[in-house]
Parts: sequence; C-alpha cells; structure tokens
Amino acid sequence: MELLDPTSELQPEGRQPLPRLNALVGKTIGLLDIAKPRGDVFIDRIEDLLLQHGAKTKRFKKPTFTRVAPDALRQEIAGSCDAVLEALAD
Amino acid sequence: MTELKLVMKQGCETCLMIEPLVPQIAKAHKLEVICQDSSSFPANVPVTFDESLEQSFKLNIEIVPTLIVMRDGQESSRIFGWDETAWSGLLGIEFDTDLPKFRPGCGSMTHDPGRQAELAARFAPERLRSRRLNFDHADELEVGFDQGWSDGLPVVPPTPERVMRMLEGTHREPAEVIGRVPPDYAVCTIEKVAINAVLAGCLPEYLPVVITAVEAVLEDQFCMHGLLATTYFSGPLLIVNGPLSRSIGMNSGGNALGQGNRANATIGRALQLLIRNVGGGKPGGVDRAALGNPGKYTFCFAEDEVNSCWDSLSIERGFSKETSTVTVFAADGMQGLVDQKSRTPESLCRSFASGLRVIGHPKMVMGSDAFLVVSPEHERVFREGGWSKQELKSRLLELLMIPGEELIQGAGGISEGIPVGLSDRILCKFRPDGLNIVRAGGSAGLFSAIIAGWGASGSMGSVPVTREIVLA
Repeated sequence: MELLDPTSELQPEGRQPLPRLNALVGKTIGLLDIAKPRGDVFIDRIEDLLLQHGAKTKRFKKPTFTRVAPDALRQEIAGSCDAVLEALAD
Repeated sequence: MTELKLVMKQGCETCLMIEPLVPQIAKAHKLEVICQDSSSFPANVPVTFDESLEQSFKLNIEIVPTLIVMRDGQESSRIFGWDETAWSGLLGIEFDTDLPKFRPGCGSMTHDPGRQAELAARFAPERLRSRRLNFDHADELEVGFDQGWSDGLPVVPPTPERVMRMLEGTHREPAEVIGRVPPDYAVCTIEKVAINAVLAGCLPEYLPVVITAVEAVLEDQFCMHGLLATTYFSGPLLIVNGPLSRSIGMNSGGNALGQGNRANATIGRALQLLIRNVGGGKPGGVDRAALGNPGKYTFCFAEDEVNSCWDSLSIERGFSKETSTVTVFAADGMQGLVDQKSRTPESLCRSFASGLRVIGHPKMVMGSDAFLVVSPEHERVFREGGWSKQELKSRLLELLMIPGEELIQGAGGISEGIPVGLSDRILCKFRPDGLNIVRAGGSAGLFSAIIAGWGASGSMGSVPVTREIVLA
C-alpha cells in the first residue's frame, strides 16, 4: 500500500548541547522571565543564589508567555550571556 | 508533419453514428483512432484500445468523439462532438452522407465519477510532491496509529488517489505554500492540507473550509503556537457562516455542538490533525495541556443564521451574508446554561450573565473571551422582546461589571483572585470585544451554551480571526 506522508517531512537537525559551565565565578547568567505570574519570585531567588556563587546576572523578559521569544531577544541573550535560565511556570 | 488523433467510445451514440466515416478520414490523413471501450470499434480501421484510459487522460479528453490535429508532435487544434461543417473544414473532406449536420458528443470515460483522481494518481504522479511511503500491513487502518498520524481514532489512509480526489475540492495548486505551522513552523502546502483532510475523513467539498481554517489559525493574532503549547484546556473552535455551510451540509441545528455530522466532525478534525502532523504539535510534546478538552478531537459547527432575527457572526465582523467565512476561536469545551422559566429578555439576560460570570474562575476577569451559543427557544425570548444581539451583548457586559472586593485574593475564603490593591475598582468580566454571541441548536430546549476561551485571550494571547472562504 502506497500512502502520501501527511507530516512536514522535516529531518530534525542533530545538535550537541554547548559545553557545560565548569564554574559560575565571573560568568554572566541570563535570567529569562517568560511573563507568567510569579516568574519574578522564582528568578529573584535564583539570582540571589547565583550572585552568592560569584556569577553575574542579566535579566530578560518576554513580551508575553504565549509567543516564542522574539529573535532580537534571543540574539541578545546569546550574545551577552554564558548561560541562560528560563522561568517557565506560574 | 500533420497527424490526427480521433478518440471515440462504442458506448456513445454519436461515435456510433459517425463510425462509417472513419475509414474515409483514415484514407485521407495519417490517423490514429483511439477507442476507450473496445479494441474493434470503429470497424475497418486499426484501433488503439485505450483500456487504461492513459491516452485519453493525457490528451485531456472530456467529450467523445474528439478529433485532435497534431503538428510536429504538438496539438494545434481540436474539435469534439459531430459538426459536419467543422469536421469538413478541418479535414478538407466533403462527406457524402445523409447524417445530421450536428450532434453533440458524450462524456469521456475519463470523466466518469471518481475516475479523474484515479487516473491522475496513476498517470500524473508528479502533481503530488509529498514523500511516498510503502507499507505492507495486514490492516491498512493500523498504519496511521503505527506512524503516529492519529489523534487516537482511526484515520483514512491517504492514498495518492484519495488525495487527488480531495484536491478536486479546490482550484489552488497543490504546491502552493500557505504558511508555516507551529510548533515546528514547518512549511505547509495545499497538498499537505489535503492529505490531512483525507486522514480526517473529509469530502473534497469541505477542503476550502479546512484550508481557510488553517490560514486563519496561522494568522499571528490567533497565536496558534501558544494555544497549542498552553497547559490550559483550549484548542481551536471553528464556526462556519454563509451559504457554503449549508451547501456542504453542516449542522447548525439540533446537536450542533455534538456528534453525527460528517462536515462538522471532519473539518475540525482535519485542522487538529494538520497541527499534529505538519506542525509536530502532539500531546505530551509541545502540547502541554493539563486536561485538554474533548473539542481537541474536533470542534466545528455552523451558525444558524437563516432562521435568526439577529445579525450573524460574520455580518458583525464585516462580511456580507452572501460571503462564507470561517471564524476560529481559542476555545475550551462547552458549559450548559439552563433557564426554563425566563420569558423576558431582562430575566434571561441575567441568567446568561450568571453563567458567564463563572467561566475560568468566578474571580477571573479580562482573561478568557467567550462565545455564547443561544438556542432558538432562548433567542425567541429576545426576538419577542425586541432585543438585538448588540443590545443583549451590551446588557450582559453591564451585568458583568464586578466589584473588585468580590474578586480580590482571599475574598470568599478563596486564595485565588486579583491583587488586593484592586478592591475598590469595578472590573468587567470580559475585555472589550471579548464576548461573542451566535445562534445554533435544535428547535426544542430552553438551553444555551457557553464556550469559554483560553485564559490568555486578547492581544497578549489569542483573538478570534474570521476569514472569507474563497472558492474561485
């Protein structure tokens, strides 16, 4: 039986994660709030902990949690941070 | 060099009538006679029996007899049916016959019901560009499950012939790109829509509705990505307005929100399957719904606009009543609203407001939009009271202005709520334009329905989108 493929036929590109950070001291960690309620509570606490471990932090916020982050925001994070933490939930 | 091709069938009275003339033509010209249903008709000339109809299909024969003049391998002209003057002029032959001067031909066998799709699948496979997959499966209905194409119910196997037939429902080219479908933002063509419409069980005449629905959900303001990814209940609801909803037999009457109508059931399902298969949006994957709702299998109905005293949804949204439209809404399931006692608009309006007040949470305001589906018996109360739809909407919004002290966190012993600092405000349950009203349902039953929307309705999330269904 011959059938036509209903899918996008995309071949996912295999990508390796970037190397993990060995230490936090002196590293810039991006903190991305996706604009859900209480995301700031989570990020405030994480930021305290990161600062205690000698990291620098940089905070970002998506315009709305319902849409993917704008390209410019993603590029800014990628260009200015060594790692990023995203606060997903309420 | 000039050659002639004459396509005939024995089952055609006109072909039978001109049979005696064919040897005379063959004597004067280089002629190939192609017969669709016999290897020995017409008599006294060599015949190519086009049993598979490949030649007839490739020559795009619609009528028999058709006489085609080929010059240097290319068609230069054709005539069909019998017209003695035209045939004589084309062939340079004076026919010595007492046949009627004119007689129309018959339909080509290539245009028998269902035949075009079958022939296109066989003899024009290049029209379809999707990957072809071969399966050796004892039960063809299991393939969709094995491949992950199914929503949990059996899907119709998308054979090339079925997809070709589905594409007969639109004039648009199969390769036309109509957008990128989230969450993978994969390119979506008309052909991919057609394949998923086959999976869903659609008829070809539903395809324009499905295509329009896909285009509507891909508009940025609908926010299909977020709607799919949310932990909330919602999924896309389709409301169809206009003459097409009636010509394809959609249900706007009894059980309009329920099962049993092929168009309602399969159009909504096709959209969901497309999001799954082309977009890659699957429950447990990017679809993070905590509970979902049964409408995520399919949720589609037509508005009963013919019998309504109100402007339809599409007219409210700027379209004419002759225009067919699809409106997409990020919807939860439905909540019943019973009122069997109210006989005045004022009383029934208050009932509606009481029901609308609690969607999402009694303290949630400006979060979810809603559609109120008013049944004919409830609409009658407003008709007799002289209330327009707009008046009902305005009165509902007045009744849904809620004191902040009832909405704040902690009020009523419930932690959920708006910030305490808003206690002295009066807030509307709905954002402006967040409440919509349509009429649907059976003639008996003093029941209406509320279809609540995504908690992220409005510009921060999703707003309803209406698009015209273009058939030409």
